[in-house]
Amino acid sequence: MSHAEESGYRPNGEASNGSRLTRDTAIRGPARPAPYIGAGILLAAAILFPLMPQLYAFDAPRLGGLPFFYWYQLLWVPISAILTGTSYWLVTREDRRRRAEARAGGPPRGDAASADAGLGGDRP
Amino acid sequence: MNAREINWTALVIVVVLFVVVAVMGFLAARWRRSTNVEGLHSLDEWGLGGRGFGTWITWFLLGGDLYTAYTFVAVPAAMWATGAVTGFFAVPYTIVLYPIIFIIMSRLWSVSHRHGYVTSADFVGGRYGSRWLSLAVAVTGIVATMPYIALQLVGIKAVLTVLGLGSSDNVLLTDLPLILAFVVLAAYTYTSGLRAPAMIAVVKDLLIYLAVIVAVIYLPIKFGGWDSIFSSAQAKLGAVNQATGKPAGVFVPGAANYSAYWSLALGSAMALFMYPHSVTAVLASKARNTIRRNAAILPLYSLMLGFLALLGFVAIKAGTKPIDLDGSVNPQLVVPQLFLDHFPAWFAGIALAAIAIGALVPAAIMSIAAANMFTRNIYRDFIRPDVDPKTEAKVSKIVSLVVKVGALVFVIAMDQSAAINMQLLGGIWILQTFPAVVAGLYTRWFDRWALLAGWAVGIIFGTVSAYNVVNPVTKAHFGGSVAPIPGTDFSVYIAVSAFALNLIVAAVLTLVLRALKVSTGEDLTRSTDYAADETDPKVVQIEKTQHFTQPGGPSPVA
Repeated sequence: MSHAEESGYRPNGEASNGSRLTRDTAIRGPARPAPYIGAGILLAAAILFPLMPQLYAFDAPRLGGLPFFYWYQLLWVPISAILTGTSYWLVTREDRRRRAEARAGGPPRGDAASADAGLGGDRP
Repeated sequence: MNAREINWTALVIVVVLFVVVAVMGFLAARWRRSTNVEGLHSLDEWGLGGRGFGTWITWFLLGGDLYTAYTFVAVPAAMWATGAVTGFFAVPYTIVLYPIIFIIMSRLWSVSHRHGYVTSADFVGGRYGSRWLSLAVAVTGIVATMPYIALQLVGIKAVLTVLGLGSSDNVLLTDLPLILAFVVLAAYTYTSGLRAPAMIAVVKDLLIYLAVIVAVIYLPIKFGGWDSIFSSAQAKLGAVNQATGKPAGVFVPGAANYSAYWSLALGSAMALFMYPHSVTAVLASKARNTIRRNAAILPLYSLMLGFLALLGFVAIKAGTKPIDLDGSVNPQLVVPQLFLDHFPAWFAGIALAAIAIGALVPAAIMSIAAANMFTRNIYRDFIRPDVDPKTEAKVSKIVSLVVKVGALVFVIAMDQSAAINMQLLGGIWILQTFPAVVAGLYTRWFDRWALLAGWAVGIIFGTVSAYNVVNPVTKAHFGGSVAPIPGTDFSVYIAVSAFALNLIVAAVLTLVLRALKVSTGEDLTRSTDYAADETDPKVVQIEKTQHFTQPGGPSPVA
């Protein structure tokens, strides 16, 4: 996860005194590393563990008749979904904070109000 | 000669459901259409469904797109024939897929939103300022997609065969239902664009879930539980094959198979979202986070696929006989035959219809995606640079027809194994676009010509290695997708070894070209583009605003 360097946050003088919006206007404030590191660890786990057959290529113990090899991998499907879902929660919360910070500190934006509505309204 | 009886009840159900989705496909042209635009006169509207699909539509669309009819037919078929390594790897494959998607795809969405990119090759062109690299990505995408579409037809064909349609006596009659189905598909894709598969995917996915859930609960009860099913599978896969002197398949992989197992899963997961049809479904979503949210909820399909794979073992226990029209054993008929043998005809009809419709959704999206690539990265970049959006949509519509006809000819005129071999190669080839696309989302470090050279080396190495894999029984080339890394006896998925070589070549040449001070080309993107959300303005909007504000004074727009 290398989100830390992506925002290119450059508070430029031109932008802060007018309503001018340029290609380089920062859209997010600086990142706090913790949420991204946390999400990175969860995602790395979800990628690495299912790819290590030495951990699970056994017949025993069986569960409901399924050999370990089969039920273990099927079990990883919901585990991976939970890990990805948790990463989503971590990353999105930080993302929302960074965007709010950029709006507060950066140039006033005409669509700031509708942006909030858009973020909330998009949730299922 | 094996003359199959036509199962009329099941056939009528399949035809009725097919007609229902065809009508939906045509009606989809009017669905969610923006009120101020008449007709689907741009690639954003026709080829990306208006770029406005929310979380749930995207879930159905991607589910219908990635878990294709061929998957439903081929994965249990592989389990039935050779067991875990060639079949069950699909489960770890679709598990590790979503964390990877979570990481990379939101960035592709953001930069594409800012710049109006429709294909991944559009992005590569904009990022590296190289239409040749973009062309390489586009051509790989189109060539890899064609056999994939052809395999969807193979899926429909499996359904039609077990239903008793088509006899090997008359070539035209054999293929007539297939041609008919495809003409209807081509017609509603032409008129409705991506909205048609999006709408149909909802029906298809619900039918598939219904069929798999019922089968996974009912069939083990009928055949004495999973214990006895796995015992039969173990016995069949452990039996020694006379021709090779080795076991027929793998029940639980041994240490010798570990590298093949994980590399097949990892390579396939990395390759899947390089395919144009996956990117199309991602870019059709309305927000940066839509794809991330989907990464957390799409695994439900993987669970379904896992149980579907186990139906291959159920078929071993049930003694299913997948006999093709010419009397030979065709493993791909295993699942359709299993449903037909052990369920009432009406329910078998629903399950078979789900598979057949499951072929139509990805076939439509794939043809749209390939057409978009042709229009943007070949027609616009090399033939008519000043093309307007309306013409783009027109070209794309026509190309989508050509692509489908090509796939149809592929399946009818050539041997089915040609399509399967091509699909195998397609997976190897498409992974070679990964460095250009994915590295580009994070860094401009790689040189465009180095990436192009790495791509070429990867493709040549992959093709040659795949050709050299010889089937131990039939002695045919393209006998599989796993080969030892040259100079070692460490067997991995060829796409992965080719990818590693590709990356090494690209990195070394980048250093060389940098030392020679070769021009790096213009990068049209900014670092802020990769985090843009749906509420952030597009580049064209910013430039319009800047145009007004440039001479000074307040902007009339903001």
